[in-house]
Amino acid sequence: MAERAERILKNIGLRGLKNAVKGNDYRREASISYGILVGGYILLQLLTAAGLISHNLQGQFVPICVYISLAVSLNLVVGISGELSLGHAGFMAVGAFGGVLMSRILGQSMSFEPAIVIISMIFGAIVASIAGFIIGIPILGLRGDYLAIVTLAFGEIIRNLMNVMYFGFVDGKLKFAFNHTIEGIEDTDRIITGAIGATGTKTMSNFTWGLLLCLFTVFIVLNLKNSKQGRAIMSIRDNRIAGESIGLDVRKYKLMAFVVSAALAGMAGCLFGLNYSTLVPVKFNFNTSVLVLVFVVLGGVGNIWGGIIAAALLTVLPETFRQFADYRMLTYAIVLILVMIATYNPSIKSRLNAFLGKIRPKKNKGSSKAKRKKSGKEAE
Amino acid sequence: MFIPEKDKGKTPILEVKNLGIDFGGLTAVDNFNLTLGRTEIGGLIGPNGAGKTTIFNMLTKVYEPTRGEIFFDGKSTKGMSTVDINKAGMARTFQNIRLFDKLTVEENIKVALHHTTNYSLIDGMLHTPKYRHEEFRIRKEAMKYLKIFGMTKTAEYRAGSLPYGAQRRLEIMRALATKPKLLLLDEPAAGMNPSETSELMDTIREIRDRFQIAVFLIEHDMSLVMGICEGIVVLNYGRVIAKGWPEDIQSNPKVIEAYLGKSRGKMEEEEEKEKADIEKALRKGRLESAASGKPDRKEGE
Ligand SMILES: Nc1ncnc2c1ncn2[C@@H]1O[C@H](COP(=O)(O)OP(=O)(O)O)[C@@H](O)[C@H]1O
Ligand SMILES: [Mg+2]
Repeated sequence: MAERAERILKNIGLRGLKNAVKGNDYRREASISYGILVGGYILLQLLTAAGLISHNLQGQFVPICVYISLAVSLNLVVGISGELSLGHAGFMAVGAFGGVLMSRILGQSMSFEPAIVIISMIFGAIVASIAGFIIGIPILGLRGDYLAIVTLAFGEIIRNLMNVMYFGFVDGKLKFAFNHTIEGIEDTDRIITGAIGATGTKTMSNFTWGLLLCLFTVFIVLNLKNSKQGRAIMSIRDNRIAGESIGLDVRKYKLMAFVVSAALAGMAGCLFGLNYSTLVPVKFNFNTSVLVLVFVVLGGVGNIWGGIIAAALLTVLPETFRQFADYRMLTYAIVLILVMIATYNPSIKSRLNAFLGKIRPKKNKGSSKAKRKKSGKEAE
Repeated sequence: MFIPEKDKGKTPILEVKNLGIDFGGLTAVDNFNLTLGRTEIGGLIGPNGAGKTTIFNMLTKVYEPTRGEIFFDGKSTKGMSTVDINKAGMARTFQNIRLFDKLTVEENIKVALHHTTNYSLIDGMLHTPKYRHEEFRIRKEAMKYLKIFGMTKTAEYRAGSLPYGAQRRLEIMRALATKPKLLLLDEPAAGMNPSETSELMDTIREIRDRFQIAVFLIEHDMSLVMGICEGIVVLNYGRVIAKGWPEDIQSNPKVIEAYLGKSRGKMEEEEEKEKADIEKALRKGRLESAASGKPDRKEGE
């Protein structure tokens, strides 16, 4: 009863569009995202050239890019498709070991590094997308928490599988074995040695590759979002039943988001793998999946550039806390909780916005509009 | 129903035979029969809880019927899913509006044009010339629907943030954009004021004439039902209690007892109270906004 009165009131009181909210501006989203990436890259390059960046932090450039890319690709599943996935590190692992393997194979006959990097990344993306497809088919009928649990288990399975896989060259030929070392292999010819991981990788990644990876990931995800496939994915997220009622195949589009996201994670994983001469499978455990999810949530679910900033800051932050030694992770967790509260508590958020509004009165039209909207609602 | 003159001799768009469904031990709908002409506007009325929405859910396969058969455009819908049903040419709206809230109005229609948008995932990810060409085309088409409903101005707004009446209209547009042969409308005028309702009546008629499709609608607003329906079915406790032309229904004592007569006085009373509530709330809102010195915004219609 009261609900109906409210509805009619809405109809009379909100005549026209004064309280309606504009939709997503794809062009703006893209320019902000690319702007942050390219701007950040140029800034860091300049600072490095000026000798203002510690060696330690310079070593973080590639991982930062990888995590940015992972946050963007996970957003495809969590933000755009609306499913909770806790296995992103699994796809990253598949791409990392697949890519490293490919780089070693190519390295035997090829010396042009950029070609090796590109082919390895494509290969990483392909194997990860196959993994995504195989995992996706049976589980995408599941919803919500169930999906999260199964993706979590998948991530762990992949990691454990990596723990028992052996790849290497014997007389120039690629050999593979499960659960035991390969007969007659030389130390230098090992590629992947179970729990020891990938060894002897020729590191080929650098900051520029990192930037290219990020740009490519953002390009794909944003383009997809603004396409018929992306619209189908988001529609199903917003209202599954209505999606079916206009003929959208729910499983197909859930799977599509999942597989594309896995492929992009595989690509990022590959660059990560090429960044270290030794890479242990334990790097890709549950914590990494959660970490990437934290980037996504902190940046605002579905917000691509928010995720980019969150990933960059939160990858650098733990390094900054090194001086706290033992309390490093604790401090990190506390900062994380504080930031979460600040961004998600409506009253703190509005105060924060008001504060920001005071600092920059003219800028950021969007938030002032949102504020006006709020006051309008209160007046009703 | 009684197939109108113009649809005689053609396969009915919808033929339902002895349809029924049980939820647990409860029979929600039983022995429901219907024939709907290819360009007929049919009405389904009855008190709340009579089983009207359940019938729509069976027609669109949200629920699988327990008994009976449905022939859509001459073919049995046995074994078809909701998605298949839509692809075969049946589209619907929902009693409790189901829009893609975070997408814009334009996108809501574009996604309904999904199956006629012709490009691959690769085109979508790379925004190839083919993508651009097709997007341009469906944008124009989406605008065409917006124009019919007088909602061009709303194109860029989020569907979930629109006023109620606009959301209802958008839902009809979205259903129409899938190019159905039969349009099912579940309480399309719910929550609309009288002027909006009469506007909606004209729109529904225009849709039928323009697209030459059949419409089957559930509605409580008698002015709408009596004004545009060519045949009416009355449902009570899951069973058909009357069927016929609007004039016959209005004077059918069974119907009056079950539905119109008993509740008419009450409904009017409730509406009066609602109006008073609204006026009070509005006045309060105005006073508050005047007191806080906020300027009245003048935008839109
Ligand atoms: N999924 C369901 N499970 C159990 N009972 C249901 C379900 N859907 C509808 N019903 C029951 O069927 C009856 C008819 O409901 P409905 O079709 O929504 O009525 P209305 O005529 O108001 O649209 C109601 O008693 C309702 O409780
Ligand atoms: Mg109903």
